[in-house]
Amino acid sequence: MAKVLMKGNEAVGKAAIEAGCRYFFGYPITPQSEVPEYLSSELPKVGGTFIQAESEVAAINMVYGAAAAGARVLTSSSSPGIALKQEGIGYISNAGLPAVIINMMRGGPGLGTIQPGQADYNMVVKGGANGDYHDVVLAPASVQEAVDMVMEAFDIADMYGTPVIVLADGLIGQMMEPVEFNYVRREGIPEKTWALTGKGDGEKHMIENLVIEPDDCEAWNHRNFDRYARIEANEQAWEEYKMDDAEYAFVSYGTASRVVRTAIGYLRNAGFKVGMIRPKTLWPFPQKAFDKWDAQIKKYLDVEMSMGQMVPDVAFACNDRTKVLFHGRTGGNVPTVDEIVEFGKEVMGGGK
Amino acid sequence: MAKGKVTINEVICKGCALCVSVCPKNVLALSTTKINPAGYNPAEMVSDDCIACTSCAKMCPDCAITVEKLD
Amino acid sequence: MAVIFEKTKALTDVKLHYCPGCAHGIVHRLLAECLEKSGEDKNAICAVPVGCAVFANKYFNFDAIQCAHGRAPATASGIKRVHPDKTVITYQGDGDLASIGTAEIVHAAARGEKITTIFINNGIYGMTGGQMAPTTLPGMKATTAKAGRDPKVNGNPLRVSEMLATLTGPAYIERVSISTPAQVTQAKKAIQKALEIQKKGLGFTFVEVVASCPTNWGLTPVKAMEFVREKMIPYYPLGVFKDITAEEGK
Repeated sequence: MAKVLMKGNEAVGKAAIEAGCRYFFGYPITPQSEVPEYLSSELPKVGGTFIQAESEVAAINMVYGAAAAGARVLTSSSSPGIALKQEGIGYISNAGLPAVIINMMRGGPGLGTIQPGQADYNMVVKGGANGDYHDVVLAPASVQEAVDMVMEAFDIADMYGTPVIVLADGLIGQMMEPVEFNYVRREGIPEKTWALTGKGDGEKHMIENLVIEPDDCEAWNHRNFDRYARIEANEQAWEEYKMDDAEYAFVSYGTASRVVRTAIGYLRNAGFKVGMIRPKTLWPFPQKAFDKWDAQIKKYLDVEMSMGQMVPDVAFACNDRTKVLFHGRTGGNVPTVDEIVEFGKEVMGGGK
Repeated sequence: MAKGKVTINEVICKGCALCVSVCPKNVLALSTTKINPAGYNPAEMVSDDCIACTSCAKMCPDCAITVEKLD
Repeated sequence: MAVIFEKTKALTDVKLHYCPGCAHGIVHRLLAECLEKSGEDKNAICAVPVGCAVFANKYFNFDAIQCAHGRAPATASGIKRVHPDKTVITYQGDGDLASIGTAEIVHAAARGEKITTIFINNGIYGMTGGQMAPTTLPGMKATTAKAGRDPKVNGNPLRVSEMLATLTGPAYIERVSISTPAQVTQAKKAIQKALEIQKKGLGFTFVEVVASCPTNWGLTPVKAMEFVREKMIPYYPLGVFKDITAEEGK
C-alpha cells in the first residue's frame, strides 16, 4: 500500500479499521477528538458501529460488552478521560477480555493542559484501577509506529485476552506524517469460544468478575499472572539506537525519544559514546534490553515529559539506582534538543 | 376432595411463608416439626382443599413449588 | 394428573443465595419463564448488576456478564451493537440503576438501545446492608438515614419510570409489582411484552418492579409485601408509562 499523509489521530483510526475493528465507543476530549470524529464517518462505511457515549465511563463499559461479545473493539481518549476509564479497564482485564485503548496523553494532573505530556506513565503502566493486574502498554514514537502498534495491539489483545493500551501523546495525535497500512494478522490467535453469543443448543457462556471466596479469587489472580508471565516472556519490545559502542545510554520513549535521537547526533559529533534504549513496550518493560547492554553502560540518562515516572523502572531494570539520571519537562512542555545535549554533557563530562 | 397437589422442595424452601399467605384455601403452613439443612421450617400441605390455583408457586422466590392438577 | 407449574429450565439448579422472601427470586423466575416460553433463552445475553443480584449469572441458564456497578446499560449496549439479533437484557437494582448508574440508564434509554432493562426497586441497598437508596421513601429508615429519610437532608426519591417516559428513545415502560399472585401475573406479562418489543427492534424497553427487601426493611416476608402495597405502590404507582405499540394502534 502506498504511503499517505495523515494526521496521527486519523491514522490510528484507520489502523484500527485495517486490523478488523468494527466497533468504537468514545467521548470527545482534546487532543484526541479527531479519533472519534474520523471513526464516526469511516466505521459505518465498512459496516461498523460508532457510538459517542455519554461519558468515558460509559464508553469503556460499552467496550467491555463488545469485547465480551467477541468483537474487536476500540476506545480512545486523553489523560483525564483515561483516568475515568480505569475502573472499566480493570474489569476488562480481570475478565481476561481483549480490547484496545488509545491514550493521546496531555499534561496533568487534574484538568491540566491540552498540550502533550507523558505523565500518565504511572496510571497506565502501573495500572490505574484496583487490584493486582497489568495492561500491555505500547509506546509509539511516530505516526507510522502508532499505526503499526494499533494493529499489533488488536493481535496481542486477542492472543492473550488482555486490554492493550497504545500510549502516545498529543503531539503524535496532532502531527501529520506519511504512513502506510500493512496489517498482517499474527499466527496462533485463539478462537473466541468464550464469547457471549447466546447459548444456542450448547452450554451457556459467562463472563465473570466477582470471585467472592478468597481461595478462588487468589487462584483467579494466579490465572491472570500466568498470562502476564507469558506476555513478559514473549512481548518485550524496544529499539536500540547507536548502542554498539555506547558507554552511556539515554532511555526515552514516545515523543521525548524523538528529541533525544536528535540530541544524540550532536553529542556523538562532540565525541560522546552515547546511544539510546527506547522502550516500545512499557509493560512489559524491556528488561531484556538492559540485561543485554548493562555491562558496558556507565550511566542511564532517562528523558521524559514527566517528573520522572519511568525512573524506578529503569533503576530496577539495571539493578542500580545510582546509575540512573533524569531530565524531564512536564505540564505540556517538550524538552528541547539543547537542554538534552546539556543534560548529556553534565552527566558524561565536558559540560560547562 | 383435593383438585390439586402441591409438592414443596423442602431442601431449598426458606420458610418465607409467602405461599402460606396467598393460599385462598389455607392449604399450606410452615412445618412445626421439620427443619431443613439450611435451618428453615419448610412449608407443607396441611389440608386436602388445594384447588390447583398456583398462587403459591407464583409467589415462591425459590422455585421450590411444583403444582399438579388432579383428574 | 398433570403438572401445571414447575421450575423453568431457563434457571439453573444452583440454590439462590437470597434471603427468605426476597423478591429477586420471583423476578428471576419470571424473566426466565418468559425467555423459555419464546425459546429466546438460547438467544439471550443478560448484563447483571452489582448488588444482591450480582450472582444472577449463576442462576440464569443463559449467557450473562457481571458488570461494573451501574454500567450494565452501557455494557449491554456494547453487546447489542455486536449482536443485534440477540435478546439483550440488563437486570439491575435501585442503587445500581438509579444512583451510580443514572447516566448510563438515561442515555441507553435516550439512544433507544434495543435492550430490555428489568429494574428492581425495593427502596434500599440490600447487599451492603440497608443503606439509603435513591428510591428510599421519605420517612423510611436506612442505616445511613437512621431516623428515616428526610427529604430536606437526604433529598427526594427518584421515580425512574416517569423520568424515562419523558424521553423519545424508549418504546415501552411499565411499572409492576410482585406483592400478590395477580401482580406477579401482570409482571410476567410486562416482561414478556418488553422482550417482544425488543425482538421487533422498536426501541428501549423497561420494566420497573416494585419489590420488597424483608431483611433490610426489618419485616417478615409477608409483612414486607404488605408494606409494598400500603407504602411503596402509592409512591410508585403501577401502570404503563409508555407504549409505542399502543400509540400505533390508536
